[in-house]
Amino acid sequence: MMGQGRIVACGTALAALVALPFVYRDPYHLHILVLILIWSFAYTSWSMMGRFGLVSLGHGGFMGIGAYVTALLWNHLGLTPWIGIPVSMVAAGALALIVGYPCFRFRITGHYFVLVTLALSGIVLQIITATRDYTGGSLGYTPNRAAGNRLLALQFDDKTSWYLIALAVWLAGIIVWHLVDRSMSRYALEAISEDEDAAAAAGVNVTAEKLKITLISAVMTALAGAVYCQYQMFITPDTVSGIAVSLQMVFAAIVGGLFVSLGPTVGAVITILLAETLRIGFGTKAVGWDNLVYGVLLVLFIIFLPKGILGSLLDRLKPQRKVPRAHEQKAVQIARPGT
Amino acid sequence: MQAFLDIFDIYLLEAIINGILLGGVLALLALGLNLIFGVIDVTWICYAELVMIGMYAMYFLVQYYGISYFIAAPLTILLVAILGALLHYLVIAPLLTAPPINQLLATGGVLFVLQSFATVAFGIDFRNLGIRLPVLAFGDMNFSYARVLSFLAALVGMVAVYLFMTRTFTGTAIRAISQDRQIMALMGVDTKRIYLITSAIGGGLAGLAACLLVLQYDVHPFVGLSFGPITFLICVLGGLGNFIGGFIAAFVFAEIISLGGLFSDLEWGYVLAFAFFIVMMFIRPAGLLARRR
Repeated sequence: MMGQGRIVACGTALAALVALPFVYRDPYHLHILVLILIWSFAYTSWSMMGRFGLVSLGHGGFMGIGAYVTALLWNHLGLTPWIGIPVSMVAAGALALIVGYPCFRFRITGHYFVLVTLALSGIVLQIITATRDYTGGSLGYTPNRAAGNRLLALQFDDKTSWYLIALAVWLAGIIVWHLVDRSMSRYALEAISEDEDAAAAAGVNVTAEKLKITLISAVMTALAGAVYCQYQMFITPDTVSGIAVSLQMVFAAIVGGLFVSLGPTVGAVITILLAETLRIGFGTKAVGWDNLVYGVLLVLFIIFLPKGILGSLLDRLKPQRKVPRAHEQKAVQIARPGT
Repeated sequence: MQAFLDIFDIYLLEAIINGILLGGVLALLALGLNLIFGVIDVTWICYAELVMIGMYAMYFLVQYYGISYFIAAPLTILLVAILGALLHYLVIAPLLTAPPINQLLATGGVLFVLQSFATVAFGIDFRNLGIRLPVLAFGDMNFSYARVLSFLAALVGMVAVYLFMTRTFTGTAIRAISQDRQIMALMGVDTKRIYLITSAIGGGLAGLAACLLVLQYDVHPFVGLSFGPITFLICVLGGLGNFIGGFIAAFVFAEIISLGGLFSDLEWGYVLAFAFFIVMMFIRPAGLLARRR
């Protein structure tokens, strides 16, 4: 009964989202919506790991791989993004496995995991900058305009097509989230995030479970990077990879709330709308003001609302719910090394 | 062939020595961060941005107010030390009992704030201190005077911190807290005060590093990103909170960057250093000097 109501509500909301670009055609607002959807997908991908205490600052690296591999294959080999995007996703997944396996095998957790992944995004950023003969370095890179078939090149000029693509990708992200949420892996990973030894003793294959979620998360992030590249048609190392992008993902997920499926989406809506409003409000006369306000808000959020806006709101709405799981109360509890 | 080898060796030697000189400044940066981590158990992601603010302070003091470099330096160190204490008081103190990752992310927010503050206040132009220091020629090798000076000053700074930590009551209390933070409060040590002092010292070290780096590099709002990550990696490689390990790791990293830069671009030096770091994490997860468990 409750379930049916929810299905109807979700269906109506989805129908409204799909119908939106056919009714409302303002290109600027559609552009903002597309950006929100793409970044929501990236943030959702990040929090797939983040919600289980696997805080990664390497996702900027995965996103950069998704964007650059797709664009490079298209420009240099003429390979259509329809093949290029899967290739880039495989590449990001392979990298995630190469770095993830030893990390989980040797039980690198907490601060150390954060900093190893930080090094990972640092490497990707530096490699993109260093191979400037191919990637254009820090000046950025543009996929060639398609001469022939637009569909084959995955390049569209109208915002409506992009809106629908971004919506589909975002929806896929939410569905993957729910699939993970219902799977056994979720319980295994929750157990791991609370106590790795106890989980291992209870028969959870810690390394395999962590690798699985890392792989899913990295592959999805690469897809986000590729879609972003195809939409914007211009990428620079700083906008799709590196530490700043990784931090941006973490912040948005935290602002929205990373323990609920729509949390990262809410985070993307808030952060992007905030950035846009500030950018327009302050205009060009004061570059940097937007980030200043943004940064102050983030600090305030982490101090006063660590569960995020949506997370706190949902808590407020149903106070009589079951006892919250310990790891949610502690937000993203990270085991301190040596304890 | 012989001539080629001679030239090669000279360049190699020059790169090695330049690596050592770079290592001095990196070691100073790592020391400040390690101190904060060892005592307060917090990672200041925005550490390099404090250095950036210090570099701007040096620039304005020397260029606009015409103060001599040697008077401006202590003022800058004082300013950044106050900033460090403020950072602790405003951001870290309310989060002391929060999960470590939230503390990490809060200082990440401060990183955004400081960067955009610099952008708003100073613009995105590259600024140069305008002090031209001579180049030291030693045989066929050339060393920048600024680097030698930074290396020596970094060494002096580190020795000063070492003496402070071992010879004074406050220093002893700081070291004791890093060993057991619950007990020290019972021993009559005001932990809040010690945390503030430690943050101020950490800030002061960032200020000193700023005074030295400003001699070698132009300052712009994003300058922190160019040496911030490497500082963290050094601290982790040495073992977070392990001063000696951080010191050694700084030189290892500096050599890799310097030698990598000799054979190829500077970026590849960084790529090598990062890759080396990841490999080392698998071999020695708890840092270079950690005892095997």
